[in-house]
Amino acid sequence: MGEENNNVRLHGNWASIYSKRVEYALKIKGIPYEYVEEDLMNKSHALVQYNPVHKKVPVFVHNGMPVAESLVILEYIDEAWPTHTPRLLPEDPYERAVVRFWANYLTHQVPESAKKVFFCKGEEQDEAINDLHEKLALVEHEMVDFIPKDTSKIKVDTLGILDIQLITLFVAHKAQEEVLGKKILDPEKHPLIYSWVIALQNLPVIKETIPPHDILVAALKQWS
Amino acid sequence: MTNDHQHFIPFPSKTETELRVIKMGEEVILLDFWSSPFGMRVRIALAEKGIDYEEREENLNNKSSLLLKMNPIHKQIPVLIHKGRPICESMIIVQYIDEVWQNKVSLMPSDPYDKAIARFWADYIDKKIYSIGKLVWVSEGEVQEAAKKELVECFKLLEKELGDKHFFGGQNLNIVDVALIPFYTWFYALETCGNFSIVEECPHLVGWAKRCMDKQTVSNSLPDQYKIYTHLLELRNQHLAHLKG
Repeated sequence: MGEENNNVRLHGNWASIYSKRVEYALKIKGIPYEYVEEDLMNKSHALVQYNPVHKKVPVFVHNGMPVAESLVILEYIDEAWPTHTPRLLPEDPYERAVVRFWANYLTHQVPESAKKVFFCKGEEQDEAINDLHEKLALVEHEMVDFIPKDTSKIKVDTLGILDIQLITLFVAHKAQEEVLGKKILDPEKHPLIYSWVIALQNLPVIKETIPPHDILVAALKQWS
Repeated sequence: MTNDHQHFIPFPSKTETELRVIKMGEEVILLDFWSSPFGMRVRIALAEKGIDYEEREENLNNKSSLLLKMNPIHKQIPVLIHKGRPICESMIIVQYIDEVWQNKVSLMPSDPYDKAIARFWADYIDKKIYSIGKLVWVSEGEVQEAAKKELVECFKLLEKELGDKHFFGGQNLNIVDVALIPFYTWFYALETCGNFSIVEECPHLVGWAKRCMDKQTVSNSLPDQYKIYTHLLELRNQHLAHLKG
């Protein structure tokens, strides 16, 4: 597919971590795109046409051809722009299988757990936080081979799919913690994940997409 | 590749003196359970590629220390062990098999967009068929009726995607065929518990299933529908007994 014929559009929503993941992948790889903000209460005709099965964001449209589901989109971007580094997935089939496993875990189990933290109250919320922390402890221990050892070496061209998954989950953690009054990302419980998130947060490509703290807090308060 | 060195992976067992040695050669081991649709997917992929492997049947009420070591996160089958290293999650295993053994048939298209479409439908099958299908054979009344309706809608959508192709992969099986065909073993149970006819509702899908079953790589990998029915009936009775306390 030639560079001259690359029309890229992303239908997303500012609050969707799945939408953000696709955005980060495009920014990190330097792929120009048009962004369409979808109002999830009033979905565009285009969105429903491009994703009739789930009618959800993100939907990625490449030269008029739609792709849905964030993990599918991320792998597609990696394969359709093979010369645009960094590659999101490793070349080696075994490493790729392990990365896919963790990408799944960070797409399904961890976000489900995180969602419960926000939508539950009182005792249920405490339970949800415990569950999230347990899952993070698992990631910290079992995903250790993929967690960067030296976070000072993290640069745009060392990023991969797991960096993107992780940062979208926790990029707003300070604002979330302020609204909840509880710790989500604990540097004592999850030191490796914590320092990884902080290092990623400080990358210009990520930093410039984070709304100011008070705007985030206000938006989160509106939801809770 | 003929290097054949030993790699000791000690792990705690009940007796604590047991040490299993897993040769880090080309050996392929599948930790499986006979009735698991997810295990069936891997069996089909291995058969399609003509790969020799050792099948180890797990007792899901008493999981082996090997399974717990190889899949500490979910503690579930299937797990493929290749050169002593585990690969978990059925569709991840199927893609791994396709990427490592590139000799014969390919289970994935080569074009990135076609790959994305295949992955989308494999993901759709993963999201819908197991959980909705289970509701049909495990529950009763309104819940069962709603699940039946939803399942038929899912099957009809898949029929639409299949169109007039021989298989989802065209002339050969692809990951969508592999993801879906194991659920054919549930059809008798679904129809009997749900009191409906799948062939009446979705004749094209049943036609596709029969074409898959004509392939030995599929029919040798799937248990008999009636055996699955009695097994699911047992699970259903246990579930209902548990509900009634």
